[in-house]
Amino acid sequence: MKPVSQIVRSIDKPLLFAGIFIIAILVVGTAYTLIVDGTMTLLSPTYLILQLKVASFLGIVAAGMMIVVLMGHIDLSVPWTIAASAMLATAWGGPFAIPLGLGVGLAIGLFNGIGVAYLRVPSMIFTLGVNVMLRGFMVMLTGGFSPSSVPTPAMLALAKGDIFGIPNPVIVWVLVSLGIAFMLTRTPFGRYIYSIGNSEAAVYLSGINSRLVLVGSFALCSTLCALSGILIAGYSSKAFQAMGDPYLLPSIAAVVIGGTSILGGSGKYSGVVAGTILIVLLQSVLSVMQMPEAGRQIIYGVVIAAMLLAYGRGSRLRV
Amino acid sequence: MNEPESPSLLELRGVSKSYGGVAALSKVDFSTHKASIHAVLGENGAGKSTLIKIISGVIAPDEGTVLVDGKPASFDSPQAANAAGIVSVFQELSVLPDLSVADNISITRPPTRLGLIDHREQRRRAEELLARVGCEDVNPRARVRDLPLSRRQMVEIAKALGRDPKLLILDEATSALTAADVDRVYKILHRLRDEGMALLYISHRMHEIEELADTISVFRNGQFIRTFAKGACSDEEIVQMMIGRDVSNVYPPKPVRETPPEPELEVKSIGWTDRLFDISFKVGKGEIVGLGGLDGQGQREILLALFGVLRNVTGTIAIEGKEGLVSSPVAATRPSKSMALIPEDRKTEGLMLPMSIADNITLTALSWLSRRFVIDRTAENNAVEAMVEKLKIKVGSTNDPVATLSGGNQQKVVIAKWLLTGARILLLNDPTRGIDVGTKEEIYRLLRELADAGTSILLYSTDYDELIGCCDRVLILYGGRIVRTLEGDAITETNIVASSFNLPLDEAGAPAAETAS
Amino acid sequence: MNNLKMRLSHNTGALIAFTLFIILYVFYSSLHPRGFTSDLFVQNSNEAMALILVAMAQTLVVILGGIDLSVGSLMTMVNAVASEVVIGSGWEIFFGIVFCMIVGLCGGLLNGVIIVYGRLQPIVVTLATGAVFTGIALLIRPRPGGEVDGDLSWVATSALSELPATYGWWTDPPGWFSLIAGIPMPLVILAVIVCGIWIPYRNSEIGRGTYAIGSNEAAAYMSGVRINRSKLAAYALSGLFAGLAGLYFAVQTGSGNADPIQAGTYTLNSIAAVVIGGASLMGGTGGVIGTIFGVMVLRSITFCFRVVDTDSVVGFLANPLLQPMFEGLILVIAVTLGAARAFSVKNRLNMFG
Repeated sequence: MKPVSQIVRSIDKPLLFAGIFIIAILVVGTAYTLIVDGTMTLLSPTYLILQLKVASFLGIVAAGMMIVVLMGHIDLSVPWTIAASAMLATAWGGPFAIPLGLGVGLAIGLFNGIGVAYLRVPSMIFTLGVNVMLRGFMVMLTGGFSPSSVPTPAMLALAKGDIFGIPNPVIVWVLVSLGIAFMLTRTPFGRYIYSIGNSEAAVYLSGINSRLVLVGSFALCSTLCALSGILIAGYSSKAFQAMGDPYLLPSIAAVVIGGTSILGGSGKYSGVVAGTILIVLLQSVLSVMQMPEAGRQIIYGVVIAAMLLAYGRGSRLRV
Repeated sequence: MNEPESPSLLELRGVSKSYGGVAALSKVDFSTHKASIHAVLGENGAGKSTLIKIISGVIAPDEGTVLVDGKPASFDSPQAANAAGIVSVFQELSVLPDLSVADNISITRPPTRLGLIDHREQRRRAEELLARVGCEDVNPRARVRDLPLSRRQMVEIAKALGRDPKLLILDEATSALTAADVDRVYKILHRLRDEGMALLYISHRMHEIEELADTISVFRNGQFIRTFAKGACSDEEIVQMMIGRDVSNVYPPKPVRETPPEPELEVKSIGWTDRLFDISFKVGKGEIVGLGGLDGQGQREILLALFGVLRNVTGTIAIEGKEGLVSSPVAATRPSKSMALIPEDRKTEGLMLPMSIADNITLTALSWLSRRFVIDRTAENNAVEAMVEKLKIKVGSTNDPVATLSGGNQQKVVIAKWLLTGARILLLNDPTRGIDVGTKEEIYRLLRELADAGTSILLYSTDYDELIGCCDRVLILYGGRIVRTLEGDAITETNIVASSFNLPLDEAGAPAAETAS
Repeated sequence: MNNLKMRLSHNTGALIAFTLFIILYVFYSSLHPRGFTSDLFVQNSNEAMALILVAMAQTLVVILGGIDLSVGSLMTMVNAVASEVVIGSGWEIFFGIVFCMIVGLCGGLLNGVIIVYGRLQPIVVTLATGAVFTGIALLIRPRPGGEVDGDLSWVATSALSELPATYGWWTDPPGWFSLIAGIPMPLVILAVIVCGIWIPYRNSEIGRGTYAIGSNEAAAYMSGVRINRSKLAAYALSGLFAGLAGLYFAVQTGSGNADPIQAGTYTLNSIAAVVIGGASLMGGTGGVIGTIFGVMVLRSITFCFRVVDTDSVVGFLANPLLQPMFEGLILVIAVTLGAARAFSVKNRLNMFG
C-alpha cells in the first residue's frame, strides 16, 4: 500500500482534486444521460474532442492569465483584448489577418506592461481602465460603419480544420502549453516570473531588469488572448463585441482552481490545464442536463468555492 | 539584586514545541521573577523566539505547562496574554503604519464615549505614554508610516507600557534605535524594574546585556542551558555556552599595508535630496571600509546611491578609473561595474522566502548558467553545491524553501548569490543584524578572505564592535556628511562614539545628549 | 494649524477627488441649459446613487487589503429580491426593506465567513460567490419585471420636498423647510447612511480594526486586534451597502432585473471609484467619503460629455461614437494619476510592495 500512497502524494494536490472532480462530472453526467435517453454521449470520443476544442479557447487565455497571476498581478483587459484583436483582424487583416490580430494583442500587452511596470499603477486598476478604453476604441472604429466581421479563410482553417481528427485549436493549445510549461520551468525568464511573484524587490536588487520581465509577461498574456480571439472568431465564423466577456472570470477561476496562488509566486502549469478542462466540462455537462442559467451559475460558483476550500487554503497566520 | 527565592511571576515546566518534526524547544523549564531584568541569550535557532511566542500567546506549546503567579495559564491569543499582564514588544515591529500614533497606542481597549472611540482622550493618553518614554516630540496625530524607524520602535514601547504589563517582553527591541534612544530605553527599563515589573530581554548585543540585565539565561538548540546572575560568568564563558564550542579570535587579523592600495571605487561628491551631502571617499582593492555613526545618518543611502537604486543622485563615481554614476542595479551588476549589494532587509529585499535555496542562490547568475535561453541544470546544481560548501550553509536539501533556514543561514544564501557573480565591489548593509554569534564570525572571516583576494568592501554596521574588528578604515557619518575618517589604531569605540555625535575627539569622554534624529 | 495640515495630508486622495468633482461638475452645470437647478441635481444624484452604494461596499473590502468581485452580483440579487417584496401596505413595505437589507448583510457575511474561516483570498472567494449571487438573482427573477411601491419610488428619486407632500405630513410646509426642500432625496438617504452607519463604524474599535488589518495583518494580530471579528463585521457591512444599492436600484427603476453584465459593470466601476477616491489597493487607507467623491468624479465625466457643444474646439467629444473611448481614456489617466507610484518615489525600493 505504501507505494500507492507515495505516488498519490507525489502528484500535485490541485491536479489530483481537479482530476477527481473531472471524473465525477463525467460520471454524474453519464448517469443522467443513461437514465434520460439511455445513451452515454458524454463518453463518446466526438463529444470529448469537441469539449477539448471548446476548452482550447479558454485554455490559451488561462495560460496567459497564469503568467500574469504568477507575478502577483492580474489582467482584467482580457475580454476586450480578445474582441479587439479578433475584430481588427477580420476588419482590416485581409491576408495578414492572423499576424495583425496577434500584433494588436502584443501592442495591448506592451501598453499594459508599461503601465504596470514603469508607471507602477496596480495592474488591477490599469488593465481595468485599458479594458474600458479598448471597448471605447472599438465602438469608435466599428460604430459608424460596419466593417467586415467575417474571418479570413486562414482563420477559418485554423479554427475549424483538423489534423488526423485532432482539431487545430487543440493542437495550438497543446503547442502553447508545451511552450509555456518549458518556459516556466527551464528558462531564466520563467524563473524570474516566479521570483517576481515572491519578491520583486529582491529581484530588482539582484540586478535583474524586473520591469522588462513584467512587460514581457503582460505582452505574452495579451498575445495569447489575441490568439484565442482569432480562434474564437474562426470557430463562430464572426468577430463580435461581446465575444471576450465569457473568458475573464473563467480564466481566473481556471488558474486558481489549478493551484496557482492569486498572490503570485507559486503554481504549476499542469494545474491550469486541469482547471480549464474542469470548468469547460462542468459548463457543458450542466447544459446537457438542461440546467437553467440560474442553476448553472450557482453550481459553478459552489464548485469553485469548494475546490478552493479543499486545497487553496492559506496557512494559519503564523507570526 | 533579586533573590532567586522571590516568588516567580512566570514559570514554564517541561515546555516543548516542534515544527514539522523539528524541535524548536524541548522540555524547557524556565522562570522569571518580579522586579528583575532577565536577559535571554542564544544563537538564532536556539529557541528564544519560540519561547517568547509561547509566553505571549502567539503559539501554543505542544506539551508542558505555563504558570503565571503559580497558577496554570494557557493563552490562545496575544489578547489572552495581555489580559494576564504579559505584553511583548516584538523584533518584527508590530506597529500599524497607516494608523496614527494615538490609534496605535490604544489599538485595543481604546477610551470610549457613547460606545465610540474618544479621540481626544486617546491623544491625551498617547501624549502621556510618549512622555514616559521620552518622546514628547512625536505628534500623536502623526501617521506611524511617516515616522523614522527608531521613533516607531519607541511608539511600540509606549504602546506596550499602555497595557500596564506585569511582565514586559522585549525581543530585540533596541535593534532599530539610535544610540541616544537606547540610553533612554535603558533608563526606562531600569525604572520599570525598580517599580516591580518583570522584564524579559532578548538581544544579540552582549554589551547591552551586561549593562541591563540582572539575570541571564542561555539557550542552545532548543534547550535551556543555564540561568545565572550578572557577573557570574565571563563573556567568553557565556559565548561558549551559547555556541557550545570554543571561540578564539572573533575577528580575523587585518593585513598590514606599507602603501595604500590602488583605488577600486572612487566616490566623488555624491549628494541626494536632503539626506546626503558632498560624500567623497575611496575604497581600495582588497580594502574593507566601514560606514559608522548613529543609525540613519545617510549610511544606507550611500549604499543605495552607489548601487543605482536612488533617483536624482548628484556627483559621480569612478570604478577602476572609469567615471559615471550607476543608473540602476542592472547597470551596477554589469561586468564593468561588478557591484553587489547585501540589502538591509534580507527577508523582503534579499530573498524570495518561499522559493528554494537553489533558486535563490542562482538568481543573479541565471544568464550565464543558461545556454540559448535554457537553464543548464548541471551547471546550476554544481554552482549551488559549490556555494553551499564554500559558505557552510546548513541545509537539508537545496530544494527546501529558503524560509526554513535560520536567519544566519539565510544571510549566507544572500551572500552566496553574489559570490556567484564574482563581484569586485561588495556593499553590505548591516549584514549581521539579528544573526547568531557563530555565523557572524564566519561572515567576518569570509569578508576578510574576499578582501585578501582583491574584493573591495564597503560595510555599514550598527554594531561598533564590528567596525572596529573588521574595517581597515571607518567613515563616520553625521547628518548626511562624512565628518571623520578613522584609520588603523584610531578605530576605537571612544573615537567612533565621539565622532558619531560630531564631537571633537578630545571631548570624547562627554558626548552631548542631543540627538540627531 | 499644524494638526489641520496633517489631517489634510492624510486625506490627499479624497481631497483631490473632491476638487476634481467640483471642477467637472461646475463645468457641466454651467454648460447645461438647466444648470444649477434642483431638478438637475436630483437627476444627477439619482444616476450616481446606486454606484455610490456599491462603491461603498467595495471600499470596506479594499481597506482590508482585498478586492470584492461580488458586490455587483450581490446588488443584483438584492435588486431581484426587492422587486418581489417592497410592495403592499406600509408595514409590508417596511419589512420588505428590512428584509432586503438583511439579505445584503447575509450575502456579505457569507463572503466573510468563507474568507475568514476558509483562509482564502477575497478576490477568488468573491469570484465564486458572485456567480452564486447571480444565479440566485436569476432564480428569483428570470426575466426583468416585478414591482416596487410607486410612492416610495417617487419619493426616493425626487427632491426632499416630495417626501412630506407624498405622504401628506403637512399641508402648509413650515418656513424653514423651503430652505432644504430642493435637496435631492438620494443625498438625504446617503447622508443618513453615512452618519448613521459609516461614521459610527469608523469610530468604533471594530471599525478601526478594519484599518489595522489592512495596514498590517500580522502586526494587528500581535497587537491584540480581534482579527476575525473585525473582518466579519467589515464584510457584513460591505454586504449591507451592496444590499442598499440593490434596494435603491429597484426603487429607482421600479422593477428588478437580474442582469449579470450590468452586475459586472458595477463591480468594475466600483473598483475604479474606490481608487479615484484615494484608497490604496494595498489596504489600510481610504474611506467611504473619498469613495463617494470618486463615484461623483466618474459620473461627472459622463455628464460632461452630454453638454459639450458640437461646434466648439472639443466638439468631437460630443460624437457619441467617441465618448466611450474618451471615457476609457480619462479613466485610465485618472487612475494612473491616482495610483501610480513611479513619479513620486526618489528611492526606487519604495515602488515595490
